[in-house]
Amino acid sequence: MHYILRNGRVVDPAHGRDGQFDVEVRDGVIVRVGTTLAAADGVTVLHVPPGCVVTPGLIDMHVHLREPGQEHKETVASGAAAAVAGGFTAVACMPNTAPVNDSAAVTRYILDQAAAANLARVYPIGAASVGSKGEQLAEIGELKAAGCVAVSDDGHPIRTALLMRRVLEYAGMLDVLVIDHCEDPTLKGDGVVHEGAVASELGLRGIPGEAEELWVERDITLAGLTRSPVHIAHLSTAGSLRAVRAGKARGIAVTCEVMPHHFVLTDEALRGYDTNTKMNPPLRGSADLEEMLRGLADGSIDVIATDHAPHHADEKALSYDQAPFGITGLETAVSLTLDRLVHAGVIGLSRMVELLSANPARILKVPGGALAEGAPADITVLAPDLPVTVRAAAMRSLSRNMPFEGWQLRGGVAATIVGGRLVYRNTAVEALAGWLA
Amino acid sequence: MDASRIERSLARIAHEILERNRDLADVALVGIRTRGVVIAERLAALIREAGEAILPVGSLDITLYRDDFMRHPVGPQPLVRSTDIRFSVEGRRILLVDDVLYTGRTIRAALDALIDYGRPRSIQLVVLVDRGHRELPIKADYVGKNLPTSPVQSVQVRLREVDGLDEVMLEEGA
Amino acid sequence: MTAVAPVTALRGRHLLSIADLSPAEITLILDTADAMKEVGERTIKKVPALRGRTIVNLFFEPSTRTRTSFEIAEKRLSADTLSLAVSTSSVVKGETLLDTVDNIEAMSPDMLVVRHASSGACQQLARRCRSRIVNAGDGMHEHPTQALLDAYTMRQRKGRIDGLQVAIVGDLAHSRVLRSNLLLLRKMGASIRVTAPRPLIPAGIEALGATPCRTIEEAVDGADVVMMLRIQLERMQTLFLPSLREYFALFGLTADRMALARPDAIVMHPGPMNRGVEIASEVADGPQAVILEQVANGVAVRMAVLYLLAGGSED
Repeated sequence: MHYILRNGRVVDPAHGRDGQFDVEVRDGVIVRVGTTLAAADGVTVLHVPPGCVVTPGLIDMHVHLREPGQEHKETVASGAAAAVAGGFTAVACMPNTAPVNDSAAVTRYILDQAAAANLARVYPIGAASVGSKGEQLAEIGELKAAGCVAVSDDGHPIRTALLMRRVLEYAGMLDVLVIDHCEDPTLKGDGVVHEGAVASELGLRGIPGEAEELWVERDITLAGLTRSPVHIAHLSTAGSLRAVRAGKARGIAVTCEVMPHHFVLTDEALRGYDTNTKMNPPLRGSADLEEMLRGLADGSIDVIATDHAPHHADEKALSYDQAPFGITGLETAVSLTLDRLVHAGVIGLSRMVELLSANPARILKVPGGALAEGAPADITVLAPDLPVTVRAAAMRSLSRNMPFEGWQLRGGVAATIVGGRLVYRNTAVEALAGWLA
Repeated sequence: MDASRIERSLARIAHEILERNRDLADVALVGIRTRGVVIAERLAALIREAGEAILPVGSLDITLYRDDFMRHPVGPQPLVRSTDIRFSVEGRRILLVDDVLYTGRTIRAALDALIDYGRPRSIQLVVLVDRGHRELPIKADYVGKNLPTSPVQSVQVRLREVDGLDEVMLEEGA
Repeated sequence: MTAVAPVTALRGRHLLSIADLSPAEITLILDTADAMKEVGERTIKKVPALRGRTIVNLFFEPSTRTRTSFEIAEKRLSADTLSLAVSTSSVVKGETLLDTVDNIEAMSPDMLVVRHASSGACQQLARRCRSRIVNAGDGMHEHPTQALLDAYTMRQRKGRIDGLQVAIVGDLAHSRVLRSNLLLLRKMGASIRVTAPRPLIPAGIEALGATPCRTIEEAVDGADVVMMLRIQLERMQTLFLPSLREYFALFGLTADRMALARPDAIVMHPGPMNRGVEIASEVADGPQAVILEQVANGVAVRMAVLYLLAGGSED
C-alpha cells in the first residue's frame, strides 16, 4: 500500500512542524513529509478533510487491559480496539492482571494477543516486584527481554522505601523506566474519595492529597539518591506537582502524567454517588484542578494518559464504598483534551501532541512520537471541531464505566493509522468516506 | 344566602337542638374542619346565650379518613390538621357539624373518625346547607337550608371568622 | 424567622436527604407531625390513611429503634408492612444492592424504607426504583427522619428553631445524624457549634455550616440545645481515642458542663446512649433531658413523612 495523505494540517512538534503538509506512506513506513508531493502512478491520494489535523500516533502510557484473568472487563483485543477508536496507535498496559505480569510468559501472552488483534501497538509494563506484592524484586531483565517497556506495581504503591530504592537501582541498570503509583497506604486507610468538605458532606471516607504527595516526595528523593529516572503515575494534586517541579529543578529525572478526569472534574462530581466518579487517585478539589491546568500549560506535566480501568457494570452497581476504583478513558481522552484544553485556550495543538505522543514515546523509549521519515507510519488524524456526544453504548471497550455519558464535546478522532494501515475511521466524518480500511 | 339569612338559619337550628334535646348534660358539638368548627362554635354560643347550657366544642380533621385521595396517588396529599376533642366522646350524644352536605363521603369519614375516639351514645348531623346529590345513605338531622344544585355547580360557604364575611354562594363550574 | 410561604405538599417522590427539602417543606412535615402526634394519643391509635399501601422496611444494617419506630408509624397509618433484615453477607456473596432491591420491587411495594451501611445507597436506589424511598440512615451520610424528629422536639420545647444556639458534641466524623441536623438546622435558622476530639472532626466542617470548638465548655456555653452524638464504640479502636475514660473526662456531658448552657436548655441524644462515655447518667435522667420525647416524637414525624410521600408529587 502506497498513499499520500494530502494537504492536512500536520502538527509534529518533534520536527517543529505546524502547517499544511503531505505525508507519503509506503509499505507501512513514512517515506516523505513535504508540501505538494507528486503522486506517482499507483499511489493513492487520500485528501485530508478540511479542518482535520494529522499528528504522530497518540500513545497512552497507562492503561489496564485486564487480560489475562479478567476478560469480562476487557481483553487485549477489545482494549486495542478501544485504543484506536480513541486515536491511540499504541498503549502501555499495567501488570495488575491475574496472574500479575511478573514473568516473560505473561508478557509474551499479552504480546501474542496484541499481535492477533493487530490494531494498536501494545507495550506491556512488567511488575516491579514479584506478584506486585512489594517484597521481592521481579526479574526485570527477563521482563525487558520479553518485551516490557517499563516496570510498575500500579494499583499499589511500591511498599517500602528500601524496595523502591532497589527497584530504581536495578531497573536503572537495565535502562528500564520505573513508574510508581504514589500513595501512602497507611495514610489512605479505607478512604474512597478525596478528603474535603464534599467527602464530609457525603459521608464518604476521605483520602488526603498528602497521601499522594508524601510518596511523590519519597520517590523523587530516591530517584535523586539512585540517579535513576522515575515516572509518577496519575499525578493528581497541586502538592505533587510542586514536588515534581522542584525535583526537575534539582536535575532529578522525574516525569509525570495526569489523567483527563483530573483536569476536567473535581470532587463536586461525587454528589449523586455515581460509582463512575470513583477512581484512584480520586477526583480532587478545584485548586488541584487549576494546578493541573497550569502544569499542562507550563510544561511541568509531561504526559496525558488515561488510566483506562474497565470494570464490569455489575461491579460498579455496588454501593459507593464497595464499588471498585477506576473508569475507562481510551475513547474519551482526545475529545476531553480538545474541548477542555485546546478549545479552552489552555494549550495549543502542538503541546497536545507533545503530551499525548512525543513525550510518552520519549519517556518509554518506544518508536513514534514524531512523523519521521523511515519510521513506522503510526498516524492519528484529529477532527478538532467535530461535535461529539459521549455514549458509553457506542464504545469499543467491553466496559462502560465512565462519568461522561451524554457530554457534548467539541473535537474527536477522524482516523487512526497503525503501521500504515487504516485501523479506525470515524463514520461521523463524512469526508473520509473514500478512505478504505 | 347573606349574613342575616345565615344568622336566622343558625338561630333556628339552635332552637331545634334545644327542642329535641331536653337534657343537654351529655351533648357535645364536634365541627368538621374548617367551617364546620366555626358553625359549631356559633351554635354553642347561641345555646349559651339562651341560658340553656355550655356545650363543649371539638374540632375534627377527617383528612386521614378520606376515601378519595388515597385511591389515586397522583396529586399531592391533602393537608392534615390536628383533631382537637378535649372531652371523651364515650356515651355522649354528639352533634356533628359541617357547612355543606353533598355526597355524604365527608360525613362517612367523620363518622369513622369519631368512632375511633370512643362509642358515642348517638350522633346527630347538623349542616348549614344541604345541596343534594347523595352517594351514601346519609341524612342530616338539622338543615339550615336545602339548596337545589346541579353537580357542575359548587357551593361556597364563607364565614366571618375564616373568610371575613358571611355568605353562601352558588357558583357555576365545579 | 424569615417568613416562608407555606406549602401543602412535598416536591420530591423520595426522602433521601434534608438537602432536598425547603424550609417550607420542613415546616409542612413538622405541622403534619402535630396532627399525627394526636393520633398517637387516642385510645385507638390508628387511622386508615395508608390502607392498602405496602411499605417494605429494608434494613441492610441492624437497627432496633429506627425500624421499630417506622413499623409503628406504618401500622398507625394502616399500611401493610413488612420488615426485612438483609444480611450484608448476601452482598458479600456477590448480590448487588440493586439486585436485592429489584427482587423486592418485583413484588410491587409502594414505599421502601431503607437503612444501609454505605453512604449514598438510598440515592443509588432512587435512581433505579419505582417505589418511593425513605432514607432510614445511609452509612455516614444522612438520617433525615432523625433530624426531623429532633427539629420537632426542639420546636415543641423551645417554640421555634430559628435563632436557637445548638451545640453538637460527639463522633462528628461518622455521624449521619450530624449531617442531617446540620442541613436542617441551617435551613431553619439555628446556629450550630460542634466539638469532638480532633480525629473525630471531619475535614471542612465549617463548609457544612458548623463552628468547631476546641472544648465542650466552649461549645455548650449559652446553648439552648445540647445534642449529644453516640460514640460508636465498635469504630473507635485506638486511632481515634486513647480510651473511653479519657473521652468522658474531656468531652463527656456532666452536670457541671451542662450548667454552662442556658438554664432552660434541653439535652438531646439520638440513642442508644453510652452512659458514662458521652453523657453522665445524672444528665441523661435529669429534668433537661428530652431523650424519650425524641423517641415518642419519632413515630409522629415518621407518620407525617410517610403520609406526605404517599401522595403524588406535583410534577
